[in-house]
Amino acid sequence: MIVFAIYIAIFVVSFVVVKFVVHKTVTDYTSLKTVTFGDESAVTPNRIASVISVLSIFLLWGAFTGSSYVPGFLHAPGPFIGDAAFTYTAEAEGQAPDDATVTVRVFEVGTDVDDPEVAPGEGWAKNDVDTVGAWRSGLIRVDRNDEFGRDEGHTVVAVNGEAIAPGQSVQTEFGRVGMSPKGTLNFEPAKGWQMEPIWLPPPEAVLARLGEIASEGYRDSTLWEHLGYSLFRVIVGFFFGALVGIPLGYAMGLSNWFRGWFDPIVEFMRPVPPLALIPLVIIWAGIGEVGKIILLFLAALWIMAIAARAGVSGVAIAKVHAAYSLGASKFQIMRHVIVPNSLPEIFTGARVAMGVCWGTVVAAELVAAEKGAGMMIMVASKFQLTDIVIMGIILIGVIGFGIDILMRMAEKALVPWKGRV
Amino acid sequence: MSGLSIDNLSMRFDLPNGTSVQALKDVSLKLAEGELMSVLGPSGCGKTTLLNIVAGFLAPTEGQITLNGHLVKGPDAERGMVFQQGALFEWMDVRDNVSFGPRMAGKRERDWGQHVDHLLDVVGLRDFKEKAVYELSGGMQQRVALARCLANDPDVILMDEPLGALDALTREKMQGLVLKLWKETGKTIILITHSVEEALLLGERLLVMAPRPGRIHREYRLPFADMGVNADLREVKKHPDFGEKREEILGMIWDMEEEIMGRAEESA
Repeated sequence: MIVFAIYIAIFVVSFVVVKFVVHKTVTDYTSLKTVTFGDESAVTPNRIASVISVLSIFLLWGAFTGSSYVPGFLHAPGPFIGDAAFTYTAEAEGQAPDDATVTVRVFEVGTDVDDPEVAPGEGWAKNDVDTVGAWRSGLIRVDRNDEFGRDEGHTVVAVNGEAIAPGQSVQTEFGRVGMSPKGTLNFEPAKGWQMEPIWLPPPEAVLARLGEIASEGYRDSTLWEHLGYSLFRVIVGFFFGALVGIPLGYAMGLSNWFRGWFDPIVEFMRPVPPLALIPLVIIWAGIGEVGKIILLFLAALWIMAIAARAGVSGVAIAKVHAAYSLGASKFQIMRHVIVPNSLPEIFTGARVAMGVCWGTVVAAELVAAEKGAGMMIMVASKFQLTDIVIMGIILIGVIGFGIDILMRMAEKALVPWKGRV
Repeated sequence: MSGLSIDNLSMRFDLPNGTSVQALKDVSLKLAEGELMSVLGPSGCGKTTLLNIVAGFLAPTEGQITLNGHLVKGPDAERGMVFQQGALFEWMDVRDNVSFGPRMAGKRERDWGQHVDHLLDVVGLRDFKEKAVYELSGGMQQRVALARCLANDPDVILMDEPLGALDALTREKMQGLVLKLWKETGKTIILITHSVEEALLLGERLLVMAPRPGRIHREYRLPFADMGVNADLREVKKHPDFGEKREEILGMIWDMEEEIMGRAEESA
């Protein structure tokens, strides 16, 4: 909630700052338009906003994980570290209530720690010491060193002067002191606003893990092998899907018989999510490469077939007529008119298919695989290696984005007339 | 027997709801080689259907078409077509579009190169050879379509409202170009248009068609096309006969349109 509020605040403040301070100087054609609200062509992405958006995500990530990349004054309040103290009031049969102090040393998990040293103090209830890791909690048996133990009816009735009973808790300046059903005190040091590394590691930990896995590998394979296997499966599956799907789509676009024969199959298979095929593919082909490639082949096949069919159907009949009356044969019309005319549709389909394949391969690897980006993050999650999981997600996103950019570049180079006819 | 001969052509479209539309009924006409005929008529008079049958894209339900003594059975390079909207191939540059016919016929560049370049000069696109066709204006695209048709050296050129989508100024320039190309190449041309002026200016013969069923209403022989070759078309339009004919034909078409409207109102 706090993170979200801060994010909105950054959004609003940077908008105001950029709008009234920076953007006054722009004088292109669009800036002369008086009607911009509702004019889609006048809306272009504000690059300053994009940069601030990405930076603020990393800033929030760093601030709420206590990252060393973010200056200390920007850090969100961290967990309490140091010596915490609270007093308790104990009663025992036939004894006057007595106060004693508990000193708890809260330490960063993973560092060595000694018990704090304190004097036993006056009265029959003695002062206690204990250690608790930050973000953890610990039961403190305060009765153990007291002169009258539980056998003599030792009960804690108050903490810092506030009455407490089993199931209740008292808030102290160092954290929450609760009481278990049996009457044992439970100290939970203040957690602050930062995230614990096992839930969300700071950016530098993810980066360090990236370096480590890139050089040493994870689960017997290097990072490049994991990513390479995923990419390899996508490319091979997509290749075969396109190899079969495009001619199938052409046949469906050109022949009544093919259209009638394959229409029910294609229309049925298209809405079936490829993920739903994973169990069947595993039963038939196992969890090896063949199964993955069959799955991706099926994911790409229908998309490419439909794209090719749409491409053929989209040929303006005048172009076909023109080609016939210029003396072209059927084969020449196929080669010089129908195929090139369908390329824009096929490229659109290929971009969709590549996106679907990339998503499907990661999901298939999550289910079962020996290598691959999805397998890497799935195994890491079982050991709560959150840094590997986050690193994997970022890499999967970067590769997916990269694939789309490459497809767009290929499209621009190969079908420059797309959208301009 | 040279020239184009259309004999007793009828065309009936059967609709899925059981009714049928008589698009053409008993259309007969002869075109000598090198004649330019413009076809005029209200919408629904079957002029585009007629052109599509001559081009070979449609088979008539009755009648036949012969060109230079042989029967027309399907589309062929001997009958070139120019469409309202270029129908150009975007994936080819201007020169590849124009040379499409010869290339499909398997000819080598040394056989067609000069001819194609000459045609590009004639239509004023010498400097746009390498351009992509989608970068050209509508008038330029139409000139590419004309050159593409001529590069294939057809016996008959069929034009389906080739200038309909152009602005008035470009249209006038293109009308001059069509006349010039007609005189230079001596092709037989059938030109469909919606504009009475255009039909008068370009038609050596002018066919007025009537709708429901589509049939020949009247035919004219006109001097304006010959007058307009390499001359100022605006001067031709000032000719007293031109204005007279224009009024006569406009009135004729108006009457037909009113009759259609009247019939539509009756049935409604």
